[in-house]
Amino acid sequence: MTTWRAATVASTARLTSTARSIVLDVPGWQGNLAGQHLDLRLTAEDGYQAVRSYSIASVGPGQLVELGVDKVVDGEVSPYLVDEVRAGDQLEIRGPLGGWFVWRPADVGPVQLVAGGSGIVPLAAMIRARRTSSSVAPFRLLYSARTPDDVLFAPELDNAGDVEITFAYTRRAPDGFARKPKRLDRTDLAELTLPPADDLTVFVCGPTGFVEAVADGLVSLGHDPARVKTERFGGA
Amino acid sequence: MPAHVDGNALAGPMSELFAFDVTVATAVCGSCGDNAHMGQAMVYVSAMGHVARCRSCGDVLMVLVETPNGTMLNVRGLTGLRIAPTG
Repeated sequence: MTTWRAATVASTARLTSTARSIVLDVPGWQGNLAGQHLDLRLTAEDGYQAVRSYSIASVGPGQLVELGVDKVVDGEVSPYLVDEVRAGDQLEIRGPLGGWFVWRPADVGPVQLVAGGSGIVPLAAMIRARRTSSSVAPFRLLYSARTPDDVLFAPELDNAGDVEITFAYTRRAPDGFARKPKRLDRTDLAELTLPPADDLTVFVCGPTGFVEAVADGLVSLGHDPARVKTERFGGA
Repeated sequence: MPAHVDGNALAGPMSELFAFDVTVATAVCGSCGDNAHMGQAMVYVSAMGHVARCRSCGDVLMVLVETPNGTMLNVRGLTGLRIAPTG
């Protein structure tokens, strides 16, 4: 049984022009698996409550829990989290949640991660978990972002050791970048991701349309649907 | 239709009710017989609650409505739910 408990904002940091890292101090937090999420509840002065799910970027011991939140235009909760919340503020959380979209360090098979926008958050947790556990499971990441300025955790990804990382951009690519900006298609997936294999696990996270296009593309390339794990964010 | 998410979104509300993690429970669709983890279902979230639909045929598997007077869980669309062993 999991239920609501108090959390305090410990610190915040800007990740991109629209995204922010929020570190919560959660007394009694018992750690989490890479890929899990938590539910966050905000209560307005008039009693109105809003609940949203956010993936957890952090792994490991301690009671500090990091979220990466990207602002959804016209959103009810994310603009507050990205623009207004500050250290010391209190909110409520429920978690950690979910055992389906998780990577465990005991899993030795190769892993292909595919991120769309802020879908990188739970996948960054998997990369962190791999590093802290000294796992040697082959990891590859394909990260689709609007522009180079929209990449979350960029410095960390630049120093991700032997994780093979490929960026793809949908609106603007860096100067001299070979691939012209466009959405990922089946050809991209064939060229930029690991081929189907019995022991390969694929994790896809991002907006709903992105996740479904990528998952369908991967299955059409021969991946076992049962090994393509997906997590959809609402909205676009 | 609003954009759907997936069964991962059920983990929190269902954890208020049950000790098991619903996302790794295997659901059998009452309409088409598809077997899938609840984490793979299509979930529509609104102010009313959560509606989980079969990834294969789209029929309703489960409806979860939280109200101040209690929570209503309708599982009419499920033939069964196999709960994974914990640990």
